[in-house]
Amino acid sequence: MNQDIIADIRKDHVERLLDEGRRVDGRGFDEYRKVSVEVGVNERAEGSALVTLGRTRVMVGVKLAVGMPFPDMPDSGVLTTNAELIPLASPTFERGPPDEDTVELARVVDRAIRESGCIELEKLCIEEGELVWIVFIDLHPLDYDGNLFDACTLGAIAALKNTYMPKLEDGKVDYKTRTEEKLPVRDTPVEVTYCKIGRHILLDPCLEEEEVLDARLTVGYNEKGEIVAMQKGGSGTFTREEIVDIVRKGREKAEFLRQHIPG
Amino acid sequence: MKAGEPEEFIVDGRRLDGRRMDELRPLKIEAGVLKRADGSAYVEWGGNKVLAACYGPKEIHPRHEANPKRAVLRTYYSMAPFSVYERKRPGPDRRSMEISKVTRQALESVVFTHLYPMTAIDVFIEILQAQAGTRCAGITAASVALADAGIPMRDLVPACAAGKVGGHIVLDLFDVEDNYGEADLPVAIVPRTGEICLMQMDGNLTQEEFEQAFELAIKGCMQVYEKQKEALRKAYEKRSEE
Repeated sequence: MNQDIIADIRKDHVERLLDEGRRVDGRGFDEYRKVSVEVGVNERAEGSALVTLGRTRVMVGVKLAVGMPFPDMPDSGVLTTNAELIPLASPTFERGPPDEDTVELARVVDRAIRESGCIELEKLCIEEGELVWIVFIDLHPLDYDGNLFDACTLGAIAALKNTYMPKLEDGKVDYKTRTEEKLPVRDTPVEVTYCKIGRHILLDPCLEEEEVLDARLTVGYNEKGEIVAMQKGGSGTFTREEIVDIVRKGREKAEFLRQHIPG
Repeated sequence: MKAGEPEEFIVDGRRLDGRRMDELRPLKIEAGVLKRADGSAYVEWGGNKVLAACYGPKEIHPRHEANPKRAVLRTYYSMAPFSVYERKRPGPDRRSMEISKVTRQALESVVFTHLYPMTAIDVFIEILQAQAGTRCAGITAASVALADAGIPMRDLVPACAAGKVGGHIVLDLFDVEDNYGEADLPVAIVPRTGEICLMQMDGNLTQEEFEQAFELAIKGCMQVYEKQKEALRKAYEKRSEE
């Protein structure tokens, strides 16, 4: 009960500030927090990235394994995206099987990576119908201060672009020997999230904003600026004009994020 | 090219199932179909067969989930094992968890939950037979079930997808188009205000294509809305006769 009342008070506060043209952390409405992306941060992963978005920090690891292809795609590699919201990263995260927020996060990040076709999965076939590479993307938030969608997608694509194939011998992976060959990646999708609080539309909600938002819209773009993924969240609504406007202006923000990917 | 992919999606201006670009699959909605539920609806939409049931407002278990300011709306989207070509393992999976969440949020935008603090309103959606577009059929059925249960709402929530197949923007994808098409854009709206309460997309669309598909999906929702209202009207007529 107390938390509920506190949430209402917080919302009033956040919204009142917005009415005055101010955000809780002093940013412009259309401004990202400070972004940084570091790659190759984990020696055990074939590819990795550490993304900092304001105080949100996410580590993404890419692991490769070999296995059976899907029967309907016998000559194509397999992509699997997983997220874990570990209690270390926030007092609101709990141990145990993935809840719906965790599943949504993994699926929305997966959507942009998969639908953009950025991984050349057709090049990951080892023996048709028998053996293909399986790409595991593990999203691992370490410090949760809002907007995991954008941070995780950025981390995922940065890690993928920095993934080196391990050595393959007689159908077995030698994880200790890394080849010079990179995972074939041909596009750089990123996701951009706006939220709506009262009548205001804000880019990149921080935690304080995320906790009181009415609605959220995440849009994934490929390098050409085409839309490859979308997800609306929150119990509130958008007008159609708001949605069209967000999708339009998000494109330039996607380009801004993309510039932070090293290499 | 994936196995089973058709060479063309549009032949002589018609889609593979004979529809025009902006035509819905045949849609039939019936309200009040289950005896035990407080409200229910059955939707047949092309090859989709969907039941939705609403129970509540009722006492909430576990009690710690209770909210002192509003009813807790819980939605469960589930697919029967025999609803798809290859048997689906029973029970919730990641896809159904995500769909349950976005469905709940779409419905929360219209239900007056503040009228029933400390209670639960449960909505169960069961996909009995699937032919793509089941989340839209599920939301469409669920909001009729809520209304049928007499839950105060500011509007019904119709849902409909648009997408891109073979380079064309089309309304309401069926399974072949969904599997092999270029994009799918499910949308749910609050018709009286035109607000958007559900929006997802996967595939590839330019800005122009997106705006075109978005408008088309909203038009589709308005057609679905008419069927929803008709179904409720019929259910009440029948009840008044009894």
